[in-house]
Amino acid sequence: MVLIEARDISKIYQLGDTELRALDRVSVIIEKGEFLAIMGPSGSGKSTFMNIVGCLDIPTSGQYLLEEVDVGKLTRDELAHIRNQKLGFVFQGFNLLPRTSALENVQLPMLYNSVPLKERNEKAIAALKTVGLEGREHHHPNQLSGGQQQRVAIARAIVNQVPVILADEPTGNLDTHTSIEIMELFQKLNVEAGITIILVTHEPDIATYSRRIIRFLDGHLVSDKPTIEDQKGLRKG
Amino acid sequence: MRSALTMLGIIIGVGAVIAMLAVGTGASRKIAEQTASMGSNLLIVLPGSQTSGGIRTGFGGQPTLTLNDAEAIEKECPAVQDVAPILNGTAQIVYGNLNWSTRVSGTTLGIIRVRDWPIATGRSLTDEDVRSATKVALLGQTVVDNLFGGIDPVDQIVRIKKIPFRVIGVMEKKGQSVMGDDQDDAVFVPVTTAQKKLFGTTFPGMVRQIMVKARSAEDLDSAERQVTSLLKQRHRIGPKKDDDFSVRNLTQMMQAAEEQTQIMTILLGAIASVSLLVGGIGIMNIMLVSVTERTREIGIRMAIGAKTWDIRLQFIMEAVILSLIGGVIGLTAGITGSSVISMMAGWPTEVSLMSALLAFVFSGVVGIFFGFYPAYKASLLNPIDALRYE
Ligand SMILES: Nc1ncnc2c1ncn2[C@@H]1O[C@H](COP(=O)(O)OP(=O)(O)O)[C@@H](O)[C@H]1O
Ligand SMILES: [Mg+2]
Repeated sequence: MVLIEARDISKIYQLGDTELRALDRVSVIIEKGEFLAIMGPSGSGKSTFMNIVGCLDIPTSGQYLLEEVDVGKLTRDELAHIRNQKLGFVFQGFNLLPRTSALENVQLPMLYNSVPLKERNEKAIAALKTVGLEGREHHHPNQLSGGQQQRVAIARAIVNQVPVILADEPTGNLDTHTSIEIMELFQKLNVEAGITIILVTHEPDIATYSRRIIRFLDGHLVSDKPTIEDQKGLRKG
Repeated sequence: MRSALTMLGIIIGVGAVIAMLAVGTGASRKIAEQTASMGSNLLIVLPGSQTSGGIRTGFGGQPTLTLNDAEAIEKECPAVQDVAPILNGTAQIVYGNLNWSTRVSGTTLGIIRVRDWPIATGRSLTDEDVRSATKVALLGQTVVDNLFGGIDPVDQIVRIKKIPFRVIGVMEKKGQSVMGDDQDDAVFVPVTTAQKKLFGTTFPGMVRQIMVKARSAEDLDSAERQVTSLLKQRHRIGPKKDDDFSVRNLTQMMQAAEEQTQIMTILLGAIASVSLLVGGIGIMNIMLVSVTERTREIGIRMAIGAKTWDIRLQFIMEAVILSLIGGVIGLTAGITGSSVISMMAGWPTEVSLMSALLAFVFSGVVGIFFGFYPAYKASLLNPIDALRYE
């Protein structure tokens, strides 16, 4: 089942006289349940693509369909609703609310979804348990390690039972050991809960957790292969 | 600290609103009470001209107001219901070994109805008392309190200027006058007795003022005209001459007093609106700073699914809370302030539940009004830019 379909998506930034094609006619289809890694050098358009997929940004041209809905035709608030219900974000810098407990951070998406307090509590506690943070509900971000903070962010991403997680360099701020733990958590969510994972990284080791890798270069999609083949190609080259 | 400074405006504003309402309601209630206590539909005829500014009594001429004038007004002015001539002065009154200095007024039984001032115990003055200039006295409550410790004063003998008077009755308690003096600190005797024994002048029959009660509020103006033309005629004042008397309408005097408190109210109202405005702008500023500082948080919330109004309501609520905290402190300050005003200016003040509620609503509205723009700005942020904000 097709989850995401990008048709000829371009994102053009006008910088004075010159125009910058951050994305140039990118077309991709992502099926439900995939674990996809997006790779490419810095400035190649990975984040731009993620923002469009995440309904945070709209393409200059082209069409983006999420579960067969043309997102380009939606209002600001309708996009917010889609982000709330269908998309979970995990950022490089965690992006938790400071001075707010882990539990409250995880409850946040449900706040914009009119979930009653009791249910909010139960679901948030369950999500924290899923990511292995039982007993840390009342810790504030500054009392948690980087890995733990990223787990809180993942709990927040999945708490509304979204079909997709978008993770833009989620291990960029973490050491190797913690990165592996986080990647194993993504893998578990992908395999056990069937959540589609789309992950941006430039570390080949991290990308091995995926089953498919697409590569960007200067806004162009230059490669789209199963992970095993992609990595073979790397070794050859 | 910054929020405390910001709230100062709201605090002062709400405080001023509270004080304003306290002064306003307190004063107008007191004026209403005093108007009632003076007696309604009242005119006061005084010797001397009002139009020429200063008081021009008939120096070297004849006294301008007499008992006969009072009688003529009562007989000949149809709009007039009752008349009370008054000849007063300060005198020492002695009972046993106690003495008390008070205002003694020679008058007629008209005083009871003119001033709406009933007798509490004993009897009133009669026409016979006035005709025969009997040495009888009606006492005000304050005089009774100071001379008679629990003894019934009726039929006791007091000495006024060493002359023995029999107490025939005690007036009911009346309270303060518009000018703030104690109306119950008074003694009434027959006007004729006052003329002959107490405050005798070279002009027999002279009185210091004539109080006139019109039949109704509607008759007040015609009563004033009738009294004026009657006295012009009696005093033989030509058409182009200044009057040697003046007629004052007590309602107008009350209005003047009311205007005075209104000025105070307007002043406080001005302070209130300026400080609420300043406070509101302060809140708007602090909220704008807060929106900037929390750009990233706004981005996170938007990414997670906050809609336009979710963001707006969050910041409006914060502004309202800030403003309400200021409002509560201001309420306290206002209550304190109004008691200080009533102590210093001798003004009665009254903080009503209504004004407390109003202050609450006021600060809430200020919060909403001045919180809206920052909230609106926050809601328009682009989520990607907001997320990237350092
Ligand atoms: N808001 C913007 N305005 C102008 N240029 C931008 C903007 N966002 C991204 N770009 C440019 O688009 C290109 C792709 O950026 P991005 O998608 O962030 O790359 P990356 O692959 O490193 O995530 C870069 O050249 C970047 O400078
Ligand atoms: Mg990037």
